Amino acid sequence: MAATRIGSLLHALGLLIVLAFALFPFYWMVTSSLKDQTELLASPPVWFFHPTLSNYMDIFADTKVTTAVLNSLIVAVSTTLLSVILGTPAAYALARFEFRGKADLWFWFISNRMISPIVLALPVYLLSRQVGLLNTRLVLVLIYLTFNLPIVVWICTDQFRSIPPDLEQSARLEGASQFDIFWRIYLPLGLPGVAVSAIFAFIFSWNELLYALVLITSQGLKTAPVVATNFMSGYELPWGKIMATGTVIVLPVTVFAMLVSRHMIRGLTMGATK
Amino acid sequence: MTSVPQNLSTRLAPPAASGARRHHPGYGRWTPFFFLAPAVIVLFSIGIYPTLFAIATSFRRYNITRRADQQDGFPFVGFDNYFTVLHDRGFWDSLLLTGKFYLSVVPVQIALGILIALMLHRPGWSLLRAITRVSLVVPLATTYAVVGLIGRLIFNRDFGVANQFMSWLGVSSSDWLGNPTGAFLAIVVMDIWQWTPFVALIFLAGLSMVPVEIEEAARLETKSPWALLRYVQLPYMLPGLTAILILRSADVLKLFDTVFVMTRGGPGAATDLISIYVQRVGFKVFDLGLASAQAILLLILTIVLSRLYIHIFYQEIE
Repeated sequence: MAATRIGSLLHALGLLIVLAFALFPFYWMVTSSLKDQTELLASPPVWFFHPTLSNYMDIFADTKVTTAVLNSLIVAVSTTLLSVILGTPAAYALARFEFRGKADLWFWFISNRMISPIVLALPVYLLSRQVGLLNTRLVLVLIYLTFNLPIVVWICTDQFRSIPPDLEQSARLEGASQFDIFWRIYLPLGLPGVAVSAIFAFIFSWNELLYALVLITSQGLKTAPVVATNFMSGYELPWGKIMATGTVIVLPVTVFAMLVSRHMIRGLTMGATK
Repeated sequence: MTSVPQNLSTRLAPPAASGARRHHPGYGRWTPFFFLAPAVIVLFSIGIYPTLFAIATSFRRYNITRRADQQDGFPFVGFDNYFTVLHDRGFWDSLLLTGKFYLSVVPVQIALGILIALMLHRPGWSLLRAITRVSLVVPLATTYAVVGLIGRLIFNRDFGVANQFMSWLGVSSSDWLGNPTGAFLAIVVMDIWQWTPFVALIFLAGLSMVPVEIEEAARLETKSPWALLRYVQLPYMLPGLTAILILRSADVLKLFDTVFVMTRGGPGAATDLISIYVQRVGFKVFDLGLASAQAILLLILTIVLSRLYIHIFYQEIE
């Protein structure tokens, strides 16, 4: 009896340690963003302090951060929409039709997940310089499709497969066109999968740094992660502003991810447990 | 079957006839093509075309600081760039360092991941378990660049909280990011923070596939949690392990943002992982021919890895 009670306490203790481990850097970022400069530079660091919003006032007084957040939002929303529009029909075809080369095509979509952005960053830089796409939001929207489209195809193919094929047969008997079947049966019934893949696409695009760093150089078009890292120059770093910007970038996405954590987790671990 | 009016003929064909066609039940030969074409064309033109361009560039002396209208332009040099890369100590060193980084983070992530998955799976404390599971998505959703920023703050020499933790353990403070070992350890710690949840969640997904009756029977059968783990739970977690090993290797090859922000590959070459190295050759030295050759070699490595991944996991999908 005593042994099980100790086991149970250890279990709770372990869970609390995991919780602290998972949240600590996030907690440290948020609290640092609420400290003033003297508290930030205190050595050893202070854990109790008078929270102030002055860092947030500073970053929002300047248009740099707000413009960057807006740019990120425009790019992430556009690329997410585009990858859903392009990806869901492809996922439907992969889920329901039989044709030659299907397996290879599916593998090709999936293998895009593994490719390092640095492989594409160079040629995309050169090409977009030639055609005048450098320093446009469009080039980011397009290049982000290389990782978003595979995610949408992957998750939605899986989701569409779980929809009973009988529905499709009876709709066809009633004279529904192929597009009707996709639009009126698969999209609505597969909505959970479509939503999860859209969330992933949004988060990946929102967080992306490398392409945004090399393809955008004009200040007004920079995305939020790039602007956040740009603070890291000069002698005395404005840590309060850096952490406030970090919080502005990370907080909405993490809160959202936590709200839909069940779906997030399913999407993340998909394919690894089959 | 003629190709063009397929959609139409399918729609007009009597149901019986459409059911009778065994190979194309209810849809035309070209129907899949229409659904697939947009995605394939787009992904092909923004994924494959630049890759072909990179292959072409890798056979040229392509230095962006030279003007294109110079006498010799961008001359074709055959495999010269590849020879240069393969004889370049820096390239091999950064590949080796990437391997060392992988071997430093992945075993820890697997050990912690199994432990965390078991704690999240074990009955009892259900609210705490639910909160902890939700909290695991926080590291995964955190912008990599911001992880790097947080890392720089935590591992700061003067006011970093890492040194405070070390002092509680009685270890004197050090300039983490200023010395090679410390900087490497710092990026290892941040990667372990960010990716252990992913590993834990994959193991947890495996664990939850153990049929409830089997697990309960086993719990009645044995008091030893070790035996339960070894004979009942581990077999369900193993498929996830292979996925983790391959996916993490692809991720480590891709790793750029966090390290770029935290150390820029330094001090010296202490954290010069392969992505950082290729990025520097391409965008700081501007030797794009050489950088393209490196990128193509990296791509080949990635293709081998992803083939391996697909071969292991998706044989059943035909």
